[in-house]
Amino acid sequence: MANMVKLTINDTAVEAPAGTLLIDAAKLAGIEIPAFCYYEGMSLQAACRMCLVEIEKAPKLMAACVVPVGEGMVVRTESPAVVKARKTTLEFLLTNHPLDCPVCDKGGECELQDMVFKYGAGESRFTEVKQHVPEKQWSPVVFYDGPRCILCYRCVRVCNEGMGVGALGIVNRGVAAEIAPSHGDHLECDECGLCIDICPVGALTSGAYRYKTRPWEMEHVGTVCTHCSNGCKTTLGVRNNEIVRGNNRDRSGLNGEFLCVKGRYAFDFNHHPERLQAPLMRINGKLEEVSWARALQAVVEKFKAGGKAGVVGSTRISNEEAFLLQKFARTALKTNNIDHHRSGDVVTLLDSLSGKTATLGNVDDCYNSKAVLIVGADISQQQPFLANQIRANYRHHKAGIYVATSGAVREDKIAKGSVRTTDSEWLAGVESMREKLKGESELLVLFGDSVKGEGVRKLVAFGESLGIPVKYICLVDYANSRGAMDMGLLPDLGPGYHAVEGAPGMTLPQMMAATDLDLLWIVGANPLARHTLASSNAFVVVQDLFLTETAQRADVVLPAASAYEKNGTVTNVTGQVQRLKRGVETVGAKTDLAIIGLIARGMGVNLGKVDADAVFAEIQKTVRGYNVSLPVIVTGGAAQTMPVNGRVASTVLPELIQSSRDTLFTTGTLTRYSKILNEVMEAPGGLYR
Amino acid sequence: MTFSPELEARFADLLTHYPPGRQRGALIPMLMYAQDEVGAVTPDLMAELAKRLDISVLQVDEVVGYYSMLHKKPQGKYHIQICTNVACMLRGGAELYEHACKKLGVGHKQTQASGKFSLEEVECIGACSWAPAIQVNYDFHHEVTVSQLDQVLEGLQ
Ligand code: SF4
Ligand code: SF4
Ligand code: SF4
Ligand code: FES
Ligand code: FES
Repeated sequence: MANMVKLTINDTAVEAPAGTLLIDAAKLAGIEIPAFCYYEGMSLQAACRMCLVEIEKAPKLMAACVVPVGEGMVVRTESPAVVKARKTTLEFLLTNHPLDCPVCDKGGECELQDMVFKYGAGESRFTEVKQHVPEKQWSPVVFYDGPRCILCYRCVRVCNEGMGVGALGIVNRGVAAEIAPSHGDHLECDECGLCIDICPVGALTSGAYRYKTRPWEMEHVGTVCTHCSNGCKTTLGVRNNEIVRGNNRDRSGLNGEFLCVKGRYAFDFNHHPERLQAPLMRINGKLEEVSWARALQAVVEKFKAGGKAGVVGSTRISNEEAFLLQKFARTALKTNNIDHHRSGDVVTLLDSLSGKTATLGNVDDCYNSKAVLIVGADISQQQPFLANQIRANYRHHKAGIYVATSGAVREDKIAKGSVRTTDSEWLAGVESMREKLKGESELLVLFGDSVKGEGVRKLVAFGESLGIPVKYICLVDYANSRGAMDMGLLPDLGPGYHAVEGAPGMTLPQMMAATDLDLLWIVGANPLARHTLASSNAFVVVQDLFLTETAQRADVVLPAASAYEKNGTVTNVTGQVQRLKRGVETVGAKTDLAIIGLIARGMGVNLGKVDADAVFAEIQKTVRGYNVSLPVIVTGGAAQTMPVNGRVASTVLPELIQSSRDTLFTTGTLTRYSKILNEVMEAPGGLYR
Repeated sequence: MTFSPELEARFADLLTHYPPGRQRGALIPMLMYAQDEVGAVTPDLMAELAKRLDISVLQVDEVVGYYSMLHKKPQGKYHIQICTNVACMLRGGAELYEHACKKLGVGHKQTQASGKFSLEEVECIGACSWAPAIQVNYDFHHEVTVSQLDQVLEGLQ
């Protein structure tokens, strides 16, 4: 325990560990010292003078954001001198401020407004003409309005220290000082928008949100990003049943304030004009809109007729939906022909860890592990949050970073060891770093889709031979890629990786290649983008948001709700379960859970209560590792699933595992329908490396 | 971008004056010396120094914009800086500045078409004890009167 220091703030005795900044010590005692430039977790700037306080025996007012507590210090935060200084500071901040609050995005949640309201003076002594500089657009996402800027350096620091990108700076000085982007007149960066969210005023605004609403007209719904597998918590701002904003200012999730461009802005696919709003049925060879009743009746009839069925699930539907889908397939359709597109060999990893001391790693390990080895994945592109954690680990803890990848990656710059390998020869690359890795005290290994099958076993054996504690993360692509496997969307393994009863069913490619399928039911996936369907007579039922390549081949298309329109849970890449919360109501679409329930009812099949909470209760009881704390999930937290203990008998071939190797600006079908991501990709300049 | 052997030698020596890993500290003197040789802080020069010190061009730009002795546009052969801050103002700095404007036919941060003189009104240059002070390139002139200013300007070829 650090030495405690005793001091007095506003006649209250306060105790704080030595080294605590005065501003934090006051906060602990429930006393607010106003601040702009001070931001927890970032370097100290002392640029704004808003936090001035009176310290006895100090010759002048001191900035509480940079002064550590001292034994016997006597501090006043509301003395007449302090109050006057604050008024003056605010008066100065407003000398060139346009005060265009009525049309400013930040109006209503602006820290400058709040401060002036609470601490400012009613009038200004300045009569000089304000200097106006026109607003600038730096990228499809980032806009900068210089006159509103109070030069607090938060954006500069968050881009440097938080993102590790360093795309912003301050140029010129005095009244001409302003924020400048990395490439003269434009930004080449991650487009994450963290700088925009952290700006205390409306100087930085986003292409997605600007001029859309007044902040107080939104409802805020905390849910999970539906794009990649990292599972960032995002708070949707919803107005008139439309998502207008995504952020995580309340730092409520495992990702703190971090969101990549997809989590923060690519919710716009949800309102894309091509969203399916009514069921479609093939009538005289053409897909035509029909009522839900008619479409469901057609599906039920075909399902009842039986025959050889195949079921394809999705990496984006909720755990509840995946669970219910496989239950339906196995009990009602009586088939093990169920699969999904697999992007990482979690199954072999679980099996090869059985009986070993090595364990699974999680999001926190990325930030805390003393050393990290990345094999065969460009994580800055494909796993934005994990990559951010690892960069932060390097900056804050000097973690040893090692990479073995086929191309240059951003981590090369900070790596202790970095080798170029091919997808098949990665082991030699990893071996070449053996001596250095042995010198580390612990290791976290992240691996992509080039490590699969026997490869996973070799990697685990390599880890074991280092003689240090090793943890593993098997990287997967999408929001519920992990959950799809855990829930048993596999032909040979049921929920919790138990071997299925009876013979294993067909894999996804086998279903596509079979010529005798009578029925193909595809829930939230687009296999025909990669495969062709050999069974030309199969009756194809597709549930999706859009008329994808697969939906175009369907006989019945049922419009499905997006993740932002449903309740349920998803499991992220490291096995953490989090809750999806419905942000907007669907118009014509239904959730996959509801659709499965309606089909079951039509067929007279009893699946139990079809409701997200009820199905989750069943998952908790029956799926290995999912007996997690409900309160944690219900309150918006992330609950870690327990690793499967024991062997996993899989017959599946590693060839089936293939990551789509997305970029920072893509994640499969959904992002194709995101206007803002398409704009970012078309913008001049390259992605930051 | 290439520099003269003399400047390269100067850079090489300069870098030894900073502890390992802190070489970026040499940026300001490097910019100044390079500006003398190149004539201005050009985009090429900024990119070159950024590369050598392993910092971003934007970080170089931040420094260039902050220091008034660094110029992105070429100055005249003789860059005349006249202080009009308090001490100099009280002792005739403003008059010196106005006189220079008239005599040289240029204003603040302007350069004669011939390229001979450029003029800049500056804040305190640290010579208050001998106010009013002016600076011509790197040379200071103290307690300058209007007629002395004329002499100085006329003496420059
Ligand atoms: S959008 Fe993100 S990466 Fe780009 S400048 Fe802002 S903080 Fe930096
Ligand atoms: S743009 Fe915003 S965050 Fe950046 S310095 Fe200006 S006020 Fe601060
Ligand atoms: S890192 Fe992944 S989960 Fe997080 S915001 Fe980006 S796409 Fe969403
Ligand atoms: S908060 Fe202390 S100076 Fe800005
Ligand atoms: S005021 Fe002119 S040199 Fe200081």
